[in-house]
Amino acid sequence: MSLLELRDVTRTVIPPDQPALTILNGVDLTVEAGDRISIVGRSGSGKSTLLNLLGLLDMPTSGLLTFDDRPVKSYSGAARDRVRGAQIGFVFQQFNLLPGRTALENVAMPLLYAEGRSFWRRKKLAADMLEEVGLGNRMHSMPDRLSGGEQQRVAIARSLVRGPRLILADEPTGALDLDTGSSVMQLIDDVATRTGAALVTITHDPAIAARARDHFRLDRGVLTRADSDELAAASEALS
Amino acid sequence: MKRAFTSLVGAVVEAWQELRVHRTRVLLSLIGVAVAVCSLTTVVALGGIMQQANQELSERQSGRPASLFVSAFSNQGTAIDSATMDATWAETLARYDITYGSRVLQTAQAVPFTTGVVDVQTQAVDQPYGEMHRVRLTEGEWFTADDAAGLAPALVVNQIFWERLGSPELRTHPTVELGAQGGRPGTTAVIVGVYPVSSYETEPAMFMLADQLSAMTAARPSVAVQDPYGGGGSTQYEMWVPPAISEQLMEVVKRDFTSALATPGGGTGGVQVDVYRQDYAQYGDDPFLVTKLVVGGIAVLVLLLGALGLVNIALVTVKQRVREIGIRRSFGATAGRVFFSVMMESVVATIAAGAVGVIASVLLVQNPWTMDLIGQGLVSDFPPFPAEAAVLGLVAATAVGALAGLLPALVAVRVKVIDAIRY
Repeated sequence: MSLLELRDVTRTVIPPDQPALTILNGVDLTVEAGDRISIVGRSGSGKSTLLNLLGLLDMPTSGLLTFDDRPVKSYSGAARDRVRGAQIGFVFQQFNLLPGRTALENVAMPLLYAEGRSFWRRKKLAADMLEEVGLGNRMHSMPDRLSGGEQQRVAIARSLVRGPRLILADEPTGALDLDTGSSVMQLIDDVATRTGAALVTITHDPAIAARARDHFRLDRGVLTRADSDELAAASEALS
Repeated sequence: MKRAFTSLVGAVVEAWQELRVHRTRVLLSLIGVAVAVCSLTTVVALGGIMQQANQELSERQSGRPASLFVSAFSNQGTAIDSATMDATWAETLARYDITYGSRVLQTAQAVPFTTGVVDVQTQAVDQPYGEMHRVRLTEGEWFTADDAAGLAPALVVNQIFWERLGSPELRTHPTVELGAQGGRPGTTAVIVGVYPVSSYETEPAMFMLADQLSAMTAARPSVAVQDPYGGGGSTQYEMWVPPAISEQLMEVVKRDFTSALATPGGGTGGVQVDVYRQDYAQYGDDPFLVTKLVVGGIAVLVLLLGALGLVNIALVTVKQRVREIGIRRSFGATAGRVFFSVMMESVVATIAAGAVGVIASVLLVQNPWTMDLIGQGLVSDFPPFPAEAAVLGLVAATAVGALAGLLPALVAVRVKVIDAIRY
């Protein structure tokens, strides 16, 4: 059973007074539990649109998108939101921590949309998750008091606090220096391995992409499997 | 059910966090709402109190709805016998079981004060007059049945009269000599009550019972002096009846009086009887409609201005919060939840501001200084802070919160998540 599957997915938008624009064209992708997938692509290649689809934030114009083998089209909007909250964790390039909230409140935020024990014990769960990413001593710090690496670790803790089965990392090291980026990626890898979550990393950095087991390239809306050796060489050249 | 409950608690937690994080903005926007609600509530409350003051003033002067006045005069220039009039009046009250009826005779009585004798404007009335005209007393009490039976006439005097006597304790039964002049003794009258005066009244005045005035005048014809205020002479007959039957009563009372005053030979003998209303509600329309409309218009305008300010701030805020809303959506916040949270934030905040505004309004309206200013000493039943004004203030605050939250909430649910995150 696949966790997430795209079959011949196309996404078209119609800009005002212009002909239809195909952003994604015939995309096929299968994500299984525990997968490590990287998708590289230049700006304007359709990475954001693909991320929207993978995160159940958008629907394909044509083709099939399933989650747990169930067509996403069959979910209501609210059900899709709930599945996303419970099963998918996002890590963003700009961390996107909520300003004015402590690290603890930021990590507890996704649990506000949970139910039952997860909702009522959200502070304890958030504190445990911060301990896990090594920020047990910065729980009550505001984001602007944390370094870039610490902020991204808070963001990682936030994305994992509900125990997602799929982690979507959108340029997770884009705002970090090389060393910090590397340690952050290691952390994401470790946590994903421990929880058995699949990790899909969207990046333009070959070095980050090279850490994955399956590599894809997105070019003008077309997703193709990338050559691992070529990626490793590119990564080598950059480092 | 569980989901709905956790959603509600979650939305409250979110709203609280928002209010806490953006407290300066929230406080600034809410000051506007609190001021608007305070203004609205105050205007409505003051309007209510002023209406009460106007109503009381009208009722003091022209009686309560419905007050019927009966007058009769001869077309031939001959005086109508007052004894016949009085007897017909008494019969009419008894026939129709009318409890509140009073004769009113404007006259003047010479009263010696330490500064000299003053012709005091006097209204001779029957005992029910006090209730019919809302006569409010600051000392003592209005005439009772015992006063009517007393040998010495009872007086209810105004504050100026009482103060000129040195503000004596009424339980000592202070007396004055009515008609005493130049060493000639007058009729001893007992003061039983004191009524307040408005700021524009400067002269002493008093009430006495019509029967006692008649008895006094019969015993000492010289005690009555000409009324310097233009009253005097004819007695007015006034009854306070339920407005619903007033029209019907006017007809039958006129018929009865006309019949009773007719000359023995038949016919009305040129006697003209009029029964008419003079109270403020005589025309059926709401006499305070204009006041209400003006007050209501100002209140709505004030509230609209407050609401516009809030909507403006709320819209700008949502634009600034697009990224945050996108982040929340990406972590599982449904569109409904985002809508509810933004609305909740607005409504909770404005209800709090509304409560502050209402409390401020109560403090403003119910303090003695304002009451004196508005009442001018004329309002006896100074109304408590109108509950409807307080409720209106809170309802208006809630409505403003909901309306001000609606636009931003609609904007919030339309946010495209990934675009918002990259905003």
